Amino acid sequence: MGLIVSAIGQGLLWAILGLGLFLTFRILDIADMTVEGTFPLGAAVGVTAIVNGMSPIVATLLAMLAGMAAGLITGLLYTKGRIPILLAGILVMTAAYSVNLRIMGKSNTSLLGHDTLLKTDFLKSLPTYYDSVVLGMVVIAVITLLLVFFLQTDLGQAFIATGDNEKMAKSLGIHTDNMKIMGLMVSNAMVGGCGALIAQSNGYADINMGIGTIVIALASIIIGEVVFGELTLTQRLVAVTLGSIIYRLLLLAVLQIGFSANDLNLLSSIVLAICMMLPQLSKALHLDTVISKGVKVND
Amino acid sequence: MTKPILEIKNATTVVNKGTSSETQILKALNLTINEGDFITIVGANGAGKSTLFNIIGGNLSLDSGQILLHGQDISKESEESRTRFLSRVFQDPKLGTAPRMTVAENLLLAKKRGDSHGLRSRKLKQQLPELTEFAGKMKNGLEKRMNTATGNLSGGQRQSLSFLMATLKKPDILLLDEHTAALDPKTSRQLLITTDERIREDHLTALMITHHLEDALTYGNRLIVLTDGKIVADLTGNDKAALTSEKLYSYFEE
Repeated sequence: MGLIVSAIGQGLLWAILGLGLFLTFRILDIADMTVEGTFPLGAAVGVTAIVNGMSPIVATLLAMLAGMAAGLITGLLYTKGRIPILLAGILVMTAAYSVNLRIMGKSNTSLLGHDTLLKTDFLKSLPTYYDSVVLGMVVIAVITLLLVFFLQTDLGQAFIATGDNEKMAKSLGIHTDNMKIMGLMVSNAMVGGCGALIAQSNGYADINMGIGTIVIALASIIIGEVVFGELTLTQRLVAVTLGSIIYRLLLLAVLQIGFSANDLNLLSSIVLAICMMLPQLSKALHLDTVISKGVKVND
Repeated sequence: MTKPILEIKNATTVVNKGTSSETQILKALNLTINEGDFITIVGANGAGKSTLFNIIGGNLSLDSGQILLHGQDISKESEESRTRFLSRVFQDPKLGTAPRMTVAENLLLAKKRGDSHGLRSRKLKQQLPELTEFAGKMKNGLEKRMNTATGNLSGGQRQSLSFLMATLKKPDILLLDEHTAALDPKTSRQLLITTDERIREDHLTALMITHHLEDALTYGNRLIVLTDGKIVADLTGNDKAALTSEKLYSYFEE
């Protein structure tokens, strides 16, 4: 039971990453590799700030700012520099590795003996593992509500339109370059903040903790879509969080079968690859007709 | 009556500049568009029809010459900023609408064409009745599909939505780039008739590129023939009325 609660807590915290990537991957329709660098950047900034005596909240906000800056650089390279987004993201991701080492001064920094967001009196009074569940739920609820509000504004609609049909968006006077830069900044700010939270939850920041983050983020998004199907935009945001939790439970199950934690990146990629191939697979195997026959109500 | 809205002066554009394949597309083209004009534009492929639209729309900058809007030089203005006064309908129905957004959402975006986009609530529900009424003007059932994603509409409905979006906020100039060419003959005719109606009723100033000589003769108050980057004929009133498709066709053979 404890393991399941822990997995749900982790799923909630990691869902911030998924929601961040949702903005670029699903709404802007671009694959932003920057997150592999912003996630450890957020962790490095957050942990270093805490170790140097700043409050965990300020440290987490600083991590978000750092992520936002990374997103800004990718956005400028992509829109103004006309570098393809995949390459722009890889450039910033690679550069972030050096920056992260500079910030931390070493490849691993522990938070042992320092305050974190999970060590507030209230969270400490909860049973083990429930601290991250409560923190994760609060953060996810706030972020989801803010995103839902934002996407219903004029600006949010212009942002969606940019990803949906850039030529049309331009012809309606929407500054699509600015929308892309904004999306990358907000997305990476969330990813940086997520990195700082995960570091606080783990109790350390590690220079290699970014490896595989894009796969984890995509897994939350895709699992949510595969499991819940056709949804409205607001529902899709919630599905990302649920997808992230399901993903953590899947990992837990895999570890229980006897795989080692070292196998997780391989397994994550396999799970993601299968989920992304589902439409093709179901076409080849006629799964959709089989399923629709199975669930058909009399009509 | 004949107040000039847009003046194009000595517009010249060059492609592949500095290479051996350097070519002039528009050659010192002059055109004055008056308020209320509905101009049909014909010309062979490569004559510069689309280039003309692109320099007006700002997708393409002039290599020399000037574009004046109400007497003010707008040659250096960006594509986005020109949407304050200008709207366009493209040939491909897919280009004019956002496929994953609903009909109502698309219309709402179009209503704010050229405005700044702030963090204000879009107020979709409050404006839905007005948008629905507007959609009804297309007379093809669009008003019953307000909450459908535009990607699920038929090509004809999608293109009529594009047209509606271009005229929802009245533009000073409307550019129609063969906007009925991708539709079947019946849908194409319906959209043309509605286009003509809307242009008359709303007193729009419009330019329409077409490859159908009959349509070019039937619609509009003015007809322009573009050949090799220059305007070779510019007919209005009785001159246009007296024109036949045979005579018009002869311009293509010269």
